[in-house]
Amino acid sequence: MPIQIPEQVKPYYEMLRIRLVEEALAERYSEQEMRCPMHLCIGQEAVPVGVCSALKTSDMVFGNHRSHGYYLAKGGDLNKMTAEIYGKVDGCCGGRGGSMHLIDLDVNFMGCTPIVAGTVPLGLGTGLASKLRGNDQITVVFFGDGCFEEGVVHESFNYAALMELPVIFVCENNEYSVYTNLESRQPDRPMNKIAEAHGWDVGSGNGNDLNQVAKITQQAVSRIKAHGRPQFLEFDTYRWLEHCGPNEDDHLDYRPADQVASWKKKCPVLQMQTQLLSEKSISQEELDSYRQSILEEIELSFNFAKASPFPSPESLYQFSNTNPS
Amino acid sequence: MRPDITYTEAVREALDFCLSDDENVFVVGEGVPDPKRIFNTTAGLLEKYGPQRIMDMPLSENALTGMCIGSGLVGMRPVMIHQRTDFAYLAFDQIINNAAKWNFMFNGQGQVPMVIRMMIGRGWGQGPQHSSSPQALFSHIPGLKVVMPSRPYDAKGMLIQAIEDNGPVIFLEHRWLHHMKEAVPEEPFREPLGKARIVRSGNSLTLAAFSYSVIEATKIADAFKKHGIEIETIDMRSASPMDHQTVAASVRKTGRLLVLDTSWITCGVAAELVARVSEEAFKELKAPPARVALPDLHAPTSPTLSKEFYPTPQGIGEKILKTLSIETSSDKGSLILNDLTTDEPLDVPFLDFKGPF
Repeated sequence: MPIQIPEQVKPYYEMLRIRLVEEALAERYSEQEMRCPMHLCIGQEAVPVGVCSALKTSDMVFGNHRSHGYYLAKGGDLNKMTAEIYGKVDGCCGGRGGSMHLIDLDVNFMGCTPIVAGTVPLGLGTGLASKLRGNDQITVVFFGDGCFEEGVVHESFNYAALMELPVIFVCENNEYSVYTNLESRQPDRPMNKIAEAHGWDVGSGNGNDLNQVAKITQQAVSRIKAHGRPQFLEFDTYRWLEHCGPNEDDHLDYRPADQVASWKKKCPVLQMQTQLLSEKSISQEELDSYRQSILEEIELSFNFAKASPFPSPESLYQFSNTNPS
Repeated sequence: MRPDITYTEAVREALDFCLSDDENVFVVGEGVPDPKRIFNTTAGLLEKYGPQRIMDMPLSENALTGMCIGSGLVGMRPVMIHQRTDFAYLAFDQIINNAAKWNFMFNGQGQVPMVIRMMIGRGWGQGPQHSSSPQALFSHIPGLKVVMPSRPYDAKGMLIQAIEDNGPVIFLEHRWLHHMKEAVPEEPFREPLGKARIVRSGNSLTLAAFSYSVIEATKIADAFKKHGIEIETIDMRSASPMDHQTVAASVRKTGRLLVLDTSWITCGVAAELVARVSEEAFKELKAPPARVALPDLHAPTSPTLSKEFYPTPQGIGEKILKTLSIETSSDKGSLILNDLTTDEPLDVPFLDFKGPF
């Protein structure tokens, strides 16, 4: 953080930072230099920031296809993320992954991938390792409502409960899998009850309320420390933009217009900002300076990404495990 | 020198050594600590290393594969076991999308030091879903090593090497090899992954074989030797990386190639080997390279269908004679085929086998 931020304002700052980073990415996406699919989390910033605010750096996080927020909230390096999206050698995967494959092991952001539920069972393994080694590292896996349609998630609920693993599964329920609504994909039943029936502790709340997300996650962390059972958290939230890409797509009419409008009124960043201003935790001048400072940081990250070279063709053959011939 | 040990015991010794040598090694699979102990390959390990490292598992092949991968990302060395190869197909997502790709897609920042042992079944009614031989399926995926040792010595040396390898290794054990015995050193040793072994040298034909086919190849080479035809027999040992260089070098000497495989012929590892050798040593080939593998059908249960399905020694012998341009009706051809003719059933590993597997 380039400027000093009071402790109680940091989560807001983190959310604002994620929002501004993604707006900058969206603005420049059409330049055709970011040649990878990009899933933006604009409108959903409170969940990554709230959850990660309850974690330590040593705790481990796995993400999914929409992971800019988790990566940044866990403390991932912005320059490396931007360079990765540009396919450059200084990217966090050396340009091999792009937006859907972020990793920063310095802060235990363990990786994210775009196969729905693909990283869910990996959290069982890091959780088991923590348990066998007797350390206090917690593993968090972020996934969406669509994961409840993947068998591996149900297998994972079973196994984590059986082994009493120190894991938190965080479900961001944004109601849509690409263009398909939840009602077309799942029966009307609480997801929480599935986890609960497996013997997990559960919590749920408003995913656009940063304080609520943070508090619910802190409680889950405390329960793990107390008795070691796995924790399932569900947060309702909403994606503002198209599933993949920088644009709005409401002209496609797959979501009711009043639904989109009502969720936009519940903007997690704006809500928090209003609260901080009204309780006089920050002034408008400070707010403007945060925004300015973040925009400068973003500008530097784009400069970093653009200045970084592309990976050399010969580097393709690294890390093959089997020798190509 | 201690008495010969079985393939089963060789596998068990390799696991025992790796568990004792590195506390990050653990073993997990359906039935690992059960009374049968995975055909005895995990016998005694639970008692020695405890339930935290010798683990049974829920019938959740995909999640548990992911669990092993995740544990590998933080330095554990899991050995996962499937008593039938067919069970591993439930875990293709995790094997292909994560185990094979992780270290590559994250630019070397996430090695998956994992071994998946799988057993290839055959006969005694194993049928379509208990007997497939997936070396080609897995070899098609970059990032996976696929090994299939045919003898106890290699089972021990290659399993230790596989567990110590920093990437994922598919370790295929043919059930008809488990009872076989030979001298194996008691102390730990390592055999390379991806290197073929010349079982015996010869100059008239190269017979390259995978897994249990090596046993068949050796018997057939014996029969030809009696009639003065020296066949160079090669145990491929690994399907990926595939040591086609050793086979090509052999073909430069013999001019002829037959490949034996335990799986389907189409797009199989035999096809890959023939293609590679043809690219490398086409001018040295004196006859078209040939393959003997399974027909593109699923393994049947009934013994009469089994007999039709699996290759016979006579059938392989005929293919060799054809490659050598020796008429099957010639004196020599008939004598060899006569020697290869057997009434032994093709659905049991040995005559007094009483089943089931």
